Amino acid sequence: MTAITSSAASPRDYSLTGRDARHAVENGLAAAEWYHTEVPRKQMKELMQRSDQPAIRDTIIWLTAFVVSAAGGIWFWGSWWCVPFFFVYGTLYGSSTDSRWHECGHGTAFRTQWMNDAVYQLACFMIMRNPVTWRWSHTRHHTDTIIVGRDPEIAVMRPPDLLRVVLNFFGILDAWHAMVDMVRNAAGIISAAEKTFIPEQEQPKAIRVARIWLTIYLATIALALYLHSWLPLMLVGLPRLYGAWHHVMTGLLQHGGLADNVIDHRLNSRTVYMNPVSRFIYWNMNYHVEHHMFPMVPYHALPKLHEMIKHDLPAPTPSILAGYREMIPAFLRQLRNEDYFLKRALPPTAKPYREELHNDNPVAAAAE
Amino acid sequence: MSDWVEACAAGDIDEEDVMRFDHGGRTFAIYRSPDDEYFATDGLCTHEKVHLADGLVMDDIIECPKHNGRFNYKTGDARGAPVCVNLKTYPVKVDAGKILIQIG
Repeated sequence: MTAITSSAASPRDYSLTGRDARHAVENGLAAAEWYHTEVPRKQMKELMQRSDQPAIRDTIIWLTAFVVSAAGGIWFWGSWWCVPFFFVYGTLYGSSTDSRWHECGHGTAFRTQWMNDAVYQLACFMIMRNPVTWRWSHTRHHTDTIIVGRDPEIAVMRPPDLLRVVLNFFGILDAWHAMVDMVRNAAGIISAAEKTFIPEQEQPKAIRVARIWLTIYLATIALALYLHSWLPLMLVGLPRLYGAWHHVMTGLLQHGGLADNVIDHRLNSRTVYMNPVSRFIYWNMNYHVEHHMFPMVPYHALPKLHEMIKHDLPAPTPSILAGYREMIPAFLRQLRNEDYFLKRALPPTAKPYREELHNDNPVAAAAE
Repeated sequence: MSDWVEACAAGDIDEEDVMRFDHGGRTFAIYRSPDDEYFATDGLCTHEKVHLADGLVMDDIIECPKHNGRFNYKTGDARGAPVCVNLKTYPVKVDAGKILIQIG
């Protein structure tokens, strides 16, 4: 790992309609050709193969865990015994849905498309991400990963807003913004930023979904008022707050503290070894370099892909804790110098970073 | 009106797979379906110009390797976000073990 700094030219403009958005297009960073590790077609075909079986198994476990934890929470409501049940329920609701939304949005979790669509819609509701808006924002995230002004899904912008990061462990700002967006969309308004990545013919769908969701939330609030109880909101809505911690914990590791404005996922993404429970919740998205390089490979095949191409990738971060031990100091350094980032060392067996592809970026150029 | 162009040998493409074919400054994708029929389309995804030959063939669907957009490669119909624009298709015939496509 190498720490890189350079003098800042000017603060980054993360607006999708701003200065850096124009610069990214002018500099060839938008819709660029990214580095890929070479994998023979026959092997890649095998890795890409879809199967319903792993995702059906995981989804049965997932839904069963939902039902059991919800039932326990309801049964023990009013006593401290409900806490562990709501801890599990909340983590499923506010965190595991992040990976289900993601993987089913790619259409890779199940072979059968309606199964992807069904889990996608359910997960989107729970994680409070409009299924239309986020399908298109994630498309852009894969086209222009961590390109300033182009990627709408940069979790930690520079300099980092650490208060925002901490609050999001409890879903506070994310959920607030999601509610505002939902009400705005339900009123028939698509923002200027949304218009940059949602095609015009898809925008009415985003509005329709927002209206359905708003109705569900209003009905839940009405039920809570009628019952004089928080319980309906503990089951719908609030778990997005009290259960967000795991998806934020894992999500920050995806790109946090690494390079921006580069077109090699080995520089801006992080693969982290994790415990089996976190990998179930996260659906193997800890293999994040691999996922970005080959988004058609289903979650259940990512460990195999990792073994196949790890000779060409930076050494994986050995644990979640190790990831935070390198990422938090990087965030703190970025408070003083937003151009600071962690450059991941490649093994001798890897193809070197193609610095010539990044020379238009003063940060990457400074790494030479 | 249009010429038939030899693209490859029939055996060059595995069943339920796709192959890239470049001709006259253009790029095409040639498919072999699970029931051993051949089809051809433009080679680049209508969404972001990615080579479909790196994608995955499932039944009558080609899935783009970049964003998982889907087309029916027999008809060219866009079948799922983020693709919205249909793919152009081309007639294909097999003659003496060779795959020929008619490029308009």
